[in-house]
Amino acid sequence: MPRISGWQTATVTEVRTETPTAKTFRLALPQPTPHLAGQHYVLRLTAPDGYTASRSYSVASAPDGSNQIELTVELLPDGEVSSFLHDEVTSGDQLEVRGPIGGWFVWRGDTPALLIGGGSGVVPLMAMLRLARSSGHSEMVQVVVSVRRPADLYYADELPGAETTIVYTRESPPGERRSPGHLQPEDLPTVLAPEATVFVCGSTGFADAITELVIAGGVAADRIRVERFGATQ
Amino acid sequence: MAFTRGFHGRSQAQRDARLPPGQYDTGDTWPVLTAEATPHLATDSWTFTVDGLVEQTTTFTWDQIHALPPSAYAGDIHCVTTWSKLGVTFGGVSVDALLEAARPLPSATHVLARCHTGYTTNLPLDDITGGQAWVAWEFGGQPLAIEHGGPARLLVPHLYFWKSAKWVSGLQLLDHNEPGFWEQNGYHDRGDPWREQRYQSD
Repeated sequence: MPRISGWQTATVTEVRTETPTAKTFRLALPQPTPHLAGQHYVLRLTAPDGYTASRSYSVASAPDGSNQIELTVELLPDGEVSSFLHDEVTSGDQLEVRGPIGGWFVWRGDTPALLIGGGSGVVPLMAMLRLARSSGHSEMVQVVVSVRRPADLYYADELPGAETTIVYTRESPPGERRSPGHLQPEDLPTVLAPEATVFVCGSTGFADAITELVIAGGVAADRIRVERFGATQ
Repeated sequence: MAFTRGFHGRSQAQRDARLPPGQYDTGDTWPVLTAEATPHLATDSWTFTVDGLVEQTTTFTWDQIHALPPSAYAGDIHCVTTWSKLGVTFGGVSVDALLEAARPLPSATHVLARCHTGYTTNLPLDDITGGQAWVAWEFGGQPLAIEHGGPARLLVPHLYFWKSAKWVSGLQLLDHNEPGFWEQNGYHDRGDPWREQRYQSD
């Protein structure tokens, strides 16, 4: 059973803007624990009167043996925690975190995987892709990322690669062959190893649409792992 | 650390006393968090079985479970991911009525709830008896939506909502605790929101 350590006070070493609504926070952990790609940490804010607000954020960085992790946080319109992180937090600040958490939506780097992410759902998949690349096994993963517009793409400089397909749903970059539109069966790889695991991450609507596509393509439901967030309308 | 520099949180007026520690009110929305693909289950082939340490293994069809006396819950629900939904109503049947038909043996102390997707969650028997649990198929007077566990889910609202297993297919009575899906993945065996029993080490 995975052991989840207690709360620790991490120090922010870097804040990086990914998109107008997403920032990556690099944290140095006093008590680092190697995480698995796909796991998350809980981040807790405490007000002077003792009020707390906690949220979970997926680790974007691959396990690398260091004491540092990166969390990418999407700014939500009425986000109590995300707006604080975006508006207030700078390098040198301290944040309470707990983790790593999660045993289901994880990739250990040793089996073929198809990673499909929508919008901010790309975060845990990025940890998986980074692990594949850093261990010299990028052939193990195939990545499909769906975003509305080029400006919405996280890790824009790093994501593109032989194993990655980026699908734009509202507006494509200049020169893009594919017209903007939702992810279709033809955007998914035609060949998938029978033992491959499919990881789907995104809003609940995205997750439902994609899992249906994948199942219609012949993948057994029990080969699909889903991480989703958000509400039904 | 004492407190986070610059953080003041929502005002006292916005913090409802019905919220357990660390939770926030999600208001009109109802987040969907499921680890697996959403199943599509037909009610004409749906069944619910109570087995394990019982005098009589008992299976209910959709019609049979609806023939039992209806029971409703009105109150709050709390998810371990920190959202809570206040003042909701569910309709269905009390787990007490289902257990009464099967008659648990004196040696039964725990249950393992099983679902059509393979999801499982464990509970002490004491937490699902005495009017604390339901099999629910209605939410807010409407049929329970598929993404929220429809046609029917387990409802155990005094514990974190991962215990309220979606697409529930039965309860197995045991004489020991058997960790279910999330419990094997690091979450607490019991999950009391008022004691913040979120993870195994809590």
